[in-house]
Parts: sequence; structure tokens; C-alpha cells
Amino acid sequence: MLAVPIVVVVSSLLAPRAEVWRHLWQTQLGELLLNTLVLLAGVGGGTLLVGTLMAWLVVHYRFPGRDLFEWALILPLAVPAYVIGFAFLGLFEFAGPLQTSLRRAFGDSVRLPELRSGGGVTLMMTLVFYPYVYLLARSAFREQGSATLETARSLGRSRAQAFLAVTLPLARPSLAAGVALAMMEALGDFGTVATFGYRTLTEAVYRIWYGMFDRAGASQLAAVLLVFAAALLWIERRSRGRQRFAQRHRHGPEASPVALSGARAAAATAVCGVVLGLAFVLPVGQLTLWAARALAEGRVAPTFGALLVNTLGLAAVAALATCALAVTLAYALRLHPTPATRFAGRFASMGYALPGAVIAVGILLPLAALDRTLTAPVERWLGRPVGLLLTGSALGLIYAYVVRFLAVSLQTVEASLTRIPGSLDDAARALGVGASAALRRVHLPLLRGGLGTALVLVFVETMKEMPATLLLRPFGLNTLAIEVWERTSESMWEEAAVPALAIVLAGLAPVLFVIRWSRGAGGR
Amino acid sequence: MRNARTLAASWGRALGSAVLGAALGFAGAVPALADEVVVYSARSHYGQEPAMEAFTRKTGIQVRSHGGNSSELFERLRAEGDKTPADVLITVDAGNLWNAAQAGLLAKTDSPEIAANIPAHLRDPQNRWAALTVRARTIMYNTKKVKPQELSTYEALGDPKWKNRMCLRNSGHVYNQSLLATMIKRQGEPKVEAVVKGWVANHPTLINGDTKILESIAAGQCDVGITNTYYLARILAKDAAFPVAPFWANQQTTGTHVNVSGAGITAHAKNRANAVKLLEFLTSPEAQQMFADSNFEYPANPQAAANPILVKWGKFKQDDINVAAAGEFQAAATKLADRAGYK
Repeated sequence: MLAVPIVVVVSSLLAPRAEVWRHLWQTQLGELLLNTLVLLAGVGGGTLLVGTLMAWLVVHYRFPGRDLFEWALILPLAVPAYVIGFAFLGLFEFAGPLQTSLRRAFGDSVRLPELRSGGGVTLMMTLVFYPYVYLLARSAFREQGSATLETARSLGRSRAQAFLAVTLPLARPSLAAGVALAMMEALGDFGTVATFGYRTLTEAVYRIWYGMFDRAGASQLAAVLLVFAAALLWIERRSRGRQRFAQRHRHGPEASPVALSGARAAAATAVCGVVLGLAFVLPVGQLTLWAARALAEGRVAPTFGALLVNTLGLAAVAALATCALAVTLAYALRLHPTPATRFAGRFASMGYALPGAVIAVGILLPLAALDRTLTAPVERWLGRPVGLLLTGSALGLIYAYVVRFLAVSLQTVEASLTRIPGSLDDAARALGVGASAALRRVHLPLLRGGLGTALVLVFVETMKEMPATLLLRPFGLNTLAIEVWERTSESMWEEAAVPALAIVLAGLAPVLFVIRWSRGAGGR
Repeated sequence: MRNARTLAASWGRALGSAVLGAALGFAGAVPALADEVVVYSARSHYGQEPAMEAFTRKTGIQVRSHGGNSSELFERLRAEGDKTPADVLITVDAGNLWNAAQAGLLAKTDSPEIAANIPAHLRDPQNRWAALTVRARTIMYNTKKVKPQELSTYEALGDPKWKNRMCLRNSGHVYNQSLLATMIKRQGEPKVEAVVKGWVANHPTLINGDTKILESIAAGQCDVGITNTYYLARILAKDAAFPVAPFWANQQTTGTHVNVSGAGITAHAKNRANAVKLLEFLTSPEAQQMFADSNFEYPANPQAAANPILVKWGKFKQDDINVAAAGEFQAAATKLADRAGYK
């Protein structure tokens, strides 16, 4: 079921569009591959560095503002990459307020580095995707407890050495999962690269589809994206290694953070402050400014309330459905780690790296065909035509969300599940508890933190999703993300800011909720 | 324990919601009521179209609009086939209209009224679609730095005097693909490729957004650019002192490039009679005046008057090549841009 859209994409390769490939080869394929690789490397490295550093500081040290940063550093997750992109361009481009005042003060030759570049795109994506690494790293560091670190310290290692030698390797599955998520996001992104005019494989998929009216050619290029996604997942598995990172729930009490003082405390605060400022305060501030102007002049969609309800409802259903499936899959992988189940799990995760519109077409075509088959007998029986049942139904849309976001929840759930030792499974068995009861009574309670994270990630992702929603949504159903897209595509930044800000705010509530939830789980 | 139960309960709820969602989907599939017309519109982001409301007031026929992006509405229409609820497809860019007609999604509509309302070069030669509004894409210049006498044609922007002084939209955008496509139809690929290579040799700053290009010209990042005129009109309506003006390109030669937003009746329309009425109304001077007043585009029907801001720019000669060329040569234009190194 989950593989259908991916199979549709792959099967497009059966009738190769030689002409398109020749054209791409002659003009840009090298550039596309190189740009994509550079972007992936940049976003991977950037999110790993920022996410791990922030998590390390927050878990192991005390400094001014730490309690605030601990939860606030997750907030950029609620900002869609295309939104931070247009907010940054508005602020920092040549015609923007900053450069204009700089020119006024220091003369016309003053220029900031061009944001519309590979570096600019990488910066944008790092800023909004690092929370994946941060979230997973933070809970990994915390679940390690103090005992591991204390042991290393007692063997005469400094804190930094202990971190590099023990904490980091132990957290590797979580870090790898977080980085893989960030890189897959970067791989499938279209909005940001299009806004910044940076050519990647995904951007080319759309250019071939829309510019050459060649959907088959576009699907074939999307199949190349799948190769990238598979490679990413493989590397992630490899870096997880053969070791089993099972740990008893925690060794010793939660690591007690060390108080920093003086310059070090100031530095820690400054680093966290800069990251949070760039990734959240600045773009949201700009959005608020725009939104205030639009609101003051009454330029808000009259259906705004309905947009909000639709968005929240769809996101909630998608989050629950996706996570239920992820737990089932992850548990099946744990119970029966046969090559077949493992392959199914990996294959199903690849949807995350595909551009939303490609998945949507991969769903639209089989869905419409299924509809035709289903309705034909009904029509004969009724003697009159009936409409399409599945195509353009909420069910089709939820299906698309599940395919697209399964990787997010599966990665998170699996990363937590691997840290539950197998001996617990054996103990439950020995006590005569069946597999499903063990899941319910042993694993789910222990998974609480990871599962909460997974729910929130999918919820927020769904709210931000645009292309698949656009193509598959039921008649007349509109969401905030679509409203943002429609306004920005007409350069109505101020009008776009209102729904964009609503997405951010609506994403904040569940993010805050999961923070409290994971704290509750940690406090037991 | 308690958590597990809450979780089980929430899964139950999820299932319930999914079923509810499916039911909602079914609701969307209920056959259309008699007195309505269903429109798939890529113009939806212009907000409520006053012309649609006027149509309902006048005829009592309800208009149900479903918005989306041109390519995606096209895919949807094609996947739905004869089951589509859509009666009318309204889309932006002639290339998309041409593509829909080519794929057999639009039916021929021989209405003398539409033919009288819309000039021939803004209609499908086989009457499967007609323009609703006209978008002129021309040269824009900074009024403080450039004299209009320095400008003449799109082709002349390849002159070395514009080196590092030009802002262009990325070639991936359909507005530029259409411009190149009509040029190809008139001049053939080799000539147009030489023109585009000339532009590229001038190191244009590529900016993906017409409004952004206009702001960059005003701020002095570049002195000239190519954009659609309604983006400038929108800015001027708020800030009359904005230092950018349009130059009507190619007036001595082929005329200024125009593109359209337009409408056609779907091949499997369930409410065809209503759809014909809608298109006849939308092309009438009355509705055309509403289009002209709401978004600073030029009305496709010459009997309607353009917005006063547009009137100030004076009359100009449109390129009267049939706008279907934008679709016919769009793929060629996309490839040509790639070959010429125009990103």
C-alpha cells in the first residue's frame, strides 16, 4: 500500500524519455547532481553541528537562559523552510531595509553576500531543520543519564573528552536519525530552492513537469531522488553500526548539569541566542510586522477560521495514523527482523525524500483507476453515473501524508525502540505476556517520549505540507499552507504573513505539549 | 498502563476521524445540483472574483470554485477523466490552456458571443478556450537612471551597454518561457538562442519574482528588467513615487509580448449550458470591466476600459501572434534557455 506511489515513480523508468535525459545530460545534469550533493552535505553537517551542540549545552550545563533555550530551541521546527526563506529575503536582499540603510550610511558600494546562493539555501535549511537533530540528541543525552558520563570521568577524562568518547558514540543512532531526516527534507524541498533560484534535482523535477509538460520525464528524474534517499538511509543504518545500543532505561539519575560562570556562561548564552534569534525571532518578527500591516488594513481571507480548522484537523488525523503505523512497523521489525520486513520498512520510508507533488501524482493515478473499477458495477446497477469516491477525498489525502511522513515517525520511534533492551521483551514473554500485550504494557509506556516527538513532528510537517495537499484535497478544502503559497506566488508578502504566522503558532502548541510530556516521562 | 490505554483510545479516535474524513470525501462526490457550474480555477489567488458573484446575481446559477495551481488542476482534470465534477477550467498562462486543449480536456465551444467579445489572437484557433485577461510583459526601467530613448526591443537588451545592469526572472518561470516561445514562433530557434546568449553575456541578476525585480530596479541593484505590468501597477497604486516605469518593447517591430489568463469548457462538463452562459458573461464588457478593475490586468475585451494607472502608460501595440504559440513552443523555449545558459 505504502509503496504504491514509489512503485509508480520507479515504473516510469520503464519507458525512458531519452530526449529529456539527453537534454539534461548536455545542459545541466552535472550541475544538478553537484548542487544537490553540496546542499545535502551542507545541511547534514550544519544540522549535526548546531543540533548536537545545542543539545549538549542544554543537557549538561547551566547558564543564563538555559531553561528558556531548552524548549525554545525546538521552535524553529514550526517555521516552514519556504517561509523563513521569504522572510530572510525580505530583510536581507539588496532592496531590503538592512542593505538600504547600510548603503545610506556607508555609500552605494556596500553589499552583503548574496543570499540567493547555495550558501544562503544551506543556511535557511540548517536553521529550520536542526531541531530534528536537537530533539533526538537531547532525549538521547538525557536518557543516557549520569552514570555513563561519570564512569568516563572517573577514568580521568575531561568533560569534553568524555562527551566525544562516550556520550556522542552512544547517541549515534539518534544523531544519525536526526541528520537523515534533515537531509531528506532538504532533498525533497522545492519551495525554498525555487525562491532562491538554486537548481537541485527536485527543482528540475518541477521544471521538467511544468516547463516541458513532461510528467513522465519528471517522474524519471524523481526516481533519481529515490536513489539519493536510499543511499541516505543506507548510510544512516551503517553509521548506526552493528552494535546494539540497548541501555537500561537510564544509568543513574539524570545527569546534573554543571553551572557555567563568567565568560563561558556568556558564550553559551550567546551561541544559543544567536541560533534562536536567526532561526526564529528574526523571521517571526518580520512575519509579525507584515501580518500586523495586513490585519490593520483588513487584508485577511474571510475564510481564515475554516482554514485553521481544516489544517489542524488534517494534521491531527495524519499524525495519529502515521504514528500508529510507525509503531506497528517498528515493532514488527523488532519481533521479526527478516530481510523482507526490513526491506519493507526501508522502502516505505523513502517517500520522505520525494517532492510532495510527485507522491501526489503517484497516488492520484492509481486512486483514480481504482475509483473507475469500483464505480463501474455501481453505475451499471444504478443506471446513472456516480462521481469519484476516493479521488479528491480526505482519505486519499491522509494516505499521501502517511506515505510522505512515515519516515519521520518511523525514524523517531525506531531510535527510541532500539534503546529498550531486548531482555525486557524476554522478561515479558517469560511472564506469559503475548507480543501485542507486551507492546501495550511494556514498550509503549517506555516509548512515550519518542512517540510524543514523532506525533508532533508529523503534525507540524503535515501543517507545512503544500504540494500534495494542493493536488489531492477534497473539493473546496483549503489549508493555511495553501493560502501562504497562493499569496507568496503573487508576491503578496504581507497577506501571506498572516497564514504563515498561524502555521507557526499552531505548531507551537503541540511542540510545547511534547516538551511537557517528555519531561513527565523523564521525571518518573 | 494508563498511558497505553490513552494511546489505544487515541488510535480509536484516529480511526474514527479517518472514517469521518472519508465520509466528507464522499460528500464532495455527490452529483452536481442542477443550477450550478463547477469551476477549477488557477486564478483563485486573486481572491473572490467579483465577476463570479455578479454572474450568480444575474442568473441565479451558483458558481462552485475550486482553486489550485495550473499544472495541478490539469493533472487532476486528466486523472478524473469523464468523472470530473469540473465544468469550466480557468487557468493562467496560454501555455497551460494550450496544454489542456492538446490533452483533450477542453471541448470546442462555438459561441458567436465569445467570438465577438475576444479578439482572434487571444482565442484558441479551434475555439476550445478564450482569454479573460491580458498580461503584458515588457521592459521596466529605473526612471532616475535610464532614459526611454536608450531602450527599444527585448532583443536589444543583449547589447553590452546593459552589462551588469539587468534583472531577469529565472528561466524556469512560465512568464519567461512564454516570452521566448512566441519569439521562437516568429524568429526560429537559432535567432532566439543568440538573443538569449546576449542576455546571459550581460550577467543579469536572476530573481525569482516580478515584484522583487521591480523593487531591485527601484533600489538600484539593476537599471532594467522584464516583468508583467500589473505587478508595477499594484506597487504604484500604493506608492505613486515608485521610480520605475514600463517601456513598451518592440513597438517598431512585432509588438509587446502578451500572455493571458483564460477559460475553457471541459470535455466532460455536466452543466455545459451553464458553463457556456458563464463564459459568455465573463467575456462580456460588464464582467470584463470587473476583471480590469480588480487586478490591474488589461481586459481581454477591448470594449472594457483599463484601470486609470494603466491608461497613463498609454496605448501600445500587442504582439498579435496567436497566444497558443506560448504552449506550442514552451518545451522548446525551456530547452533553449538551458542551452543558452540562462538559469
